[in-house]
Amino acid sequence: MGVARERARFIGRRVAQAVPTILVIVTLNFLLVHLAPGNAADVLAGESGSATPQYMAFLRHRFGLDQPLYVQYLDYLKNVVTLDLGYSFREGMPVRDLILQRLGPTLLLMGTTIVLSIGIGILLGLVAAGRPNSWRDNVISVVALVSYATPLFWVGLMLIVLFSLHLGWLPTSGMVNIAAFYTGWQKAGDVARHLILPAITLSLFYMALYVRLMRSSMLEQSGMDYVVTARSKGLTERAITYRHVLRNASLPIVTMAGVQIGNLLGGSVVVETVFGWPGIGLLAFRALFARDLNLLLGIFFVAACLVVIVNILVDVVYSLLDPRIRLR
Amino acid sequence: MKRTDALEFCRRFARNRASLSGLLILIAIVVVAIVGPLVHQASPFELAGQPFLPPSDQYLLGTDMLGRNELIGIIYGARTSLVIGIVATLFATLVGVLMGGAAGYYGGVIDEILMRLTEIFQTIPTFLFAILVVAILSPSIGSVILAIAIVSWPPMARLVRGEFQALRNREFVQACISMGMSDLRVITLHILPNCLSSIIVTGSLLVATAILTESALSFLGLSDPNVMSWGFMVGAARDFLQRAWWLCAIPGVAILVTVLAINLVGDGLNDALNPRLRHL
Repeated sequence: MGVARERARFIGRRVAQAVPTILVIVTLNFLLVHLAPGNAADVLAGESGSATPQYMAFLRHRFGLDQPLYVQYLDYLKNVVTLDLGYSFREGMPVRDLILQRLGPTLLLMGTTIVLSIGIGILLGLVAAGRPNSWRDNVISVVALVSYATPLFWVGLMLIVLFSLHLGWLPTSGMVNIAAFYTGWQKAGDVARHLILPAITLSLFYMALYVRLMRSSMLEQSGMDYVVTARSKGLTERAITYRHVLRNASLPIVTMAGVQIGNLLGGSVVVETVFGWPGIGLLAFRALFARDLNLLLGIFFVAACLVVIVNILVDVVYSLLDPRIRLR
Repeated sequence: MKRTDALEFCRRFARNRASLSGLLILIAIVVVAIVGPLVHQASPFELAGQPFLPPSDQYLLGTDMLGRNELIGIIYGARTSLVIGIVATLFATLVGVLMGGAAGYYGGVIDEILMRLTEIFQTIPTFLFAILVVAILSPSIGSVILAIAIVSWPPMARLVRGEFQALRNREFVQACISMGMSDLRVITLHILPNCLSSIIVTGSLLVATAILTESALSFLGLSDPNVMSWGFMVGAARDFLQRAWWLCAIPGVAILVTVLAINLVGDGLNDALNPRLRHL
């Protein structure tokens, strides 16, 4: 019972720690709006005169451009906390609803990418560390090095050229085949087929990162005292590697995966744009194209909150994986 | 650095063949970026011939969908990538050294606050933030450099903080402080020179990341409209993938080779400057 309570308190403390983070993000948003050349109301309305004059007047009043800056700031804070992110005239919908609609596909893409990149990263790192400087290790290192230096959008486009245009195996863009009206398992299969290329594209960079990390982590761990102990107990090398070293060596990967969540969201803007994947990344690109800055601000805010939430989850997973971590 | 030290450094760097080839490639790219625009004075946006010409003797890499010379674009793009990568990294390094230095040297509350801030900047979706900054300030060389600098200083700050913390407790620094030397003198004369090598290694890797970020921004259309860049070239040719895939492929290879070369040089510098450190 003590552990469960401790864990609840730990989660509570992590949530409390997230508050200043959110506050900084909101403040950054507010500063950006006021840094923008021209009137803040123009920015919030989506620029280029797509908003009605009434709405502009309403905005000007609502953001109280005649009021002192701190009042404006507090008002802005109140709106964001109540998840009122404004209205997008370009898309004809409240920003919050737009983002919520697009969250599912992005989470699907990100989830697949995380599983794929961590899975392959750990596997290849394991193989590479198994025999350092063997030909296998060298091949894996070179692949990781090149993947690490490749722009995501370029990988995506080249995969489209090869697998969609030349071989015709996989669709070029979108999430479902609109003309087919699939349902049930057929629909799931269709989505999966559309998911393959975007997920591989987004995974490549992170896979490279995790391979390098896993390799050095494995090598570091295998020199530890507990490995010597396990060996002198007469355990087989296999058991040592899989039962002891692998577990400990995976911990830095979990930490790194948590750190990379924000970057992953950034990467999904590029990947979703390349593959027409209907998530918040593509929404961000469309907002960019239409100069709908308020929508862009809303996406940034929601994405940042998402990162904070995922990081709390990662901490909880970490504490489950490694009982030595005191739930501070 | 004494002459023997410099020699030793060169010998260590040259021992790593991958880093040496990375350095040679990088030098070639720098020469092209400097000399190319001097030899060919025209604008890279100038129409040179028929659109979609395949690579030939006259147009070494062909022409793009508007009939611009692809090779000229690549040459000017090299300059853009390197300038933005280096200048953004210099700014990020400045901010990182100031933040990390203050946190590591003074510790206590200052350390607490600065490191929380660094942590927050590390968790926010940095690329989305860079997009926002460029979109709101409208795309230009300046706004792109600012956006990249804002999102890349945290790793530098963390590194510098760690180094400063370690050095501050060393005897020679303690001696300087107890002799009544001012903080500024201690930091600039005694601490900073001792962590310069780590700053250089991290900085070199930041340049590579900055070039990747710049290419992704310009791919999305967030680049200075008067400056040619590799990401912009890929983004513009994207709609013609079926007809002329090489127009996307070539600038991408340029980015890949440049970033790879810088990463190799960075690894080599790391091995040569910090022989005891295996990785960052």
